[in-house]
Amino acid sequence: MTAVDVTAVAKSYGTTTVLSDITQTFGEGTFTSLLGPSGSGKTTLLRIVAGFVKPDAGVVRIGERDVTDVPVWSRNIGMVFQSYALFPHMSVAQNVGFGLGRRGIRGAKAKAEVERALEMVRLPGYGDRYPRQLSGGQQQRVALARAIVIRPDVLLLDEPLSALDRRLRQEMQVELLRIQRESGLTTIFVTHDQEEALTLSDSVAILDRGRIVQVGRPAEVYERPKTRFAAEFLGDANFLTGTVRGGAVEIADSMIATEGPLPVEGSQATIAVRPEKIAIDGAEAMPAAPDEPTNRLRAKVLSVIYSGTSLTYLLRSGELSLKVFAQNSLGRPLDSGTDVVLSWAPRHSVVLAD
Amino acid sequence: MLRIARLYIALVLVFLYLPIVVMAAMGFNASPLYALPFEFSTRWYQDLAGNDRLIEAGWNSIWLAVLTSVLATVFGTLAALALWRRSFRGRNLLRILLLPPIAIPWLITGTAMLVFFFWTGIGRGLHAMLIGHVALAIPYVVLVVGTGLQTMRADLEEAAMSLGSTPVHAFFRVTLPLLLPSIVGAALFAFAVSLDQFVISYFLSVPGMTTLPVEIYSAIRKGFTPEINAISTILLVASMIIILGFARFARPGGLGDSR
Repeated sequence: MTAVDVTAVAKSYGTTTVLSDITQTFGEGTFTSLLGPSGSGKTTLLRIVAGFVKPDAGVVRIGERDVTDVPVWSRNIGMVFQSYALFPHMSVAQNVGFGLGRRGIRGAKAKAEVERALEMVRLPGYGDRYPRQLSGGQQQRVALARAIVIRPDVLLLDEPLSALDRRLRQEMQVELLRIQRESGLTTIFVTHDQEEALTLSDSVAILDRGRIVQVGRPAEVYERPKTRFAAEFLGDANFLTGTVRGGAVEIADSMIATEGPLPVEGSQATIAVRPEKIAIDGAEAMPAAPDEPTNRLRAKVLSVIYSGTSLTYLLRSGELSLKVFAQNSLGRPLDSGTDVVLSWAPRHSVVLAD
Repeated sequence: MLRIARLYIALVLVFLYLPIVVMAAMGFNASPLYALPFEFSTRWYQDLAGNDRLIEAGWNSIWLAVLTSVLATVFGTLAALALWRRSFRGRNLLRILLLPPIAIPWLITGTAMLVFFFWTGIGRGLHAMLIGHVALAIPYVVLVVGTGLQTMRADLEEAAMSLGSTPVHAFFRVTLPLLLPSIVGAALFAFAVSLDQFVISYFLSVPGMTTLPVEIYSAIRKGFTPEINAISTILLVASMIIILGFARFARPGGLGDSR
């Protein structure tokens, strides 16, 4: 088990900056997701840690070792590719044993290791098959076995679940987490799927245009987004912009209370509120604690999106468009045009940095 | 409708193969004037065995084709790897430049080569033919191997490297085995291009030192004997075997699953 340290790493192709000044520690045995839209640089960062891409500046350390100038094949990494990249001309056992052979482990010892790795991914006895005889999910497991059998210092996953259908993906998420916990490998996982990142990770790093804009535990990043981008990319959010007045934010004619520190009196501030944190009419879930002041906002229902277990209300309050998620507990959605009162606790008003 | 289609296909096959069958059959006919009735004889094959010129030309052809195949495959494969696996300035231009040599009439290519070899002092002879055939075969090899490379994912080499392979090891353990069907196909293609080559060989040959197609051509001008049928049949059978080998190795679409 080894930590991975990336210090002041930058990379550009021609005039396009892909990564600028990335400094991040991936703690020993942790599962970190790099989450961002395409073009945010998350894959480049992973490939820099792997050694496929050489950074223009900065240092990459795996454990105590500075690997910035060490080629991929001398780094002792385990990598799972988006398309699995199994060798089609080799059997499952030969695929899994490939990295062992490169490390001088052959014969009975290699065979035992391969068998153990296949057991770990729940494919015992599949050694003699060929990749083309396996389903997508099984190929994915073989790719994972091949990456972990060499006891790498770090496990790098490049959107490994994106090629699977939804049900299989959820199943593999559980498996992946189990295998990561059992092996205790420091894991870096690239994804553009926010739900996947929240479910799997100890830590989520959100990337935007070559920078890590926020990093933290999933709940921390979700509940306390720092920027508009982070709030929008990870989950849904309502944005309310107003003027700071007397320790609150004045929006239209309402005063919105928050718990976070506000900018100076009279300046503009933007607040993010998650759609599921808002109660409609105060009648449904999420009432504020009795002694807690509650934010209130009058609004009109524009439309309802009915999806069985939950309801999505699109509302308008003055100039503001709002979105609210509600449980369908009454089985009777509000009609369009209904006047309602929205309420939420001040601690759910997150003040954004931009 | 189906019957008409079948009849049509039958007619096409007859048109394609009947002349060849007649040609091969006449090699076994005793009459030197192709006269009927057919009388089986291996006379022309016996005569052929004593015809040193034709036999020597035949061996020249085969050696030339083998050497062309080896050289063109090595150079062509290396070129294909560069053109499809590396990025550099002018790569697309080079790829496009591969195509004209295939389309330019051989007569023109042959003339150009003759003039060029005369100028540079390379001259004529088997060595000049070899250079000419290799140059002619390389574009085919690059295209066949390049197509094979395109159906093979680049991340396989990366996967090998992530497991500890140096680029050279990854090439020999992963890329080359997966590319082998394309390379064998390309080699057979180059062999066939050389074996069938007449125009360029004709331009670059010197008297007494030539290939079978050129020798047959001069023999025909002197007078046609069924010996020609005999050697043509041998050549035909050899070509057929090569083409079938090509079809066997370079299955359409390459490997079933190249992941």
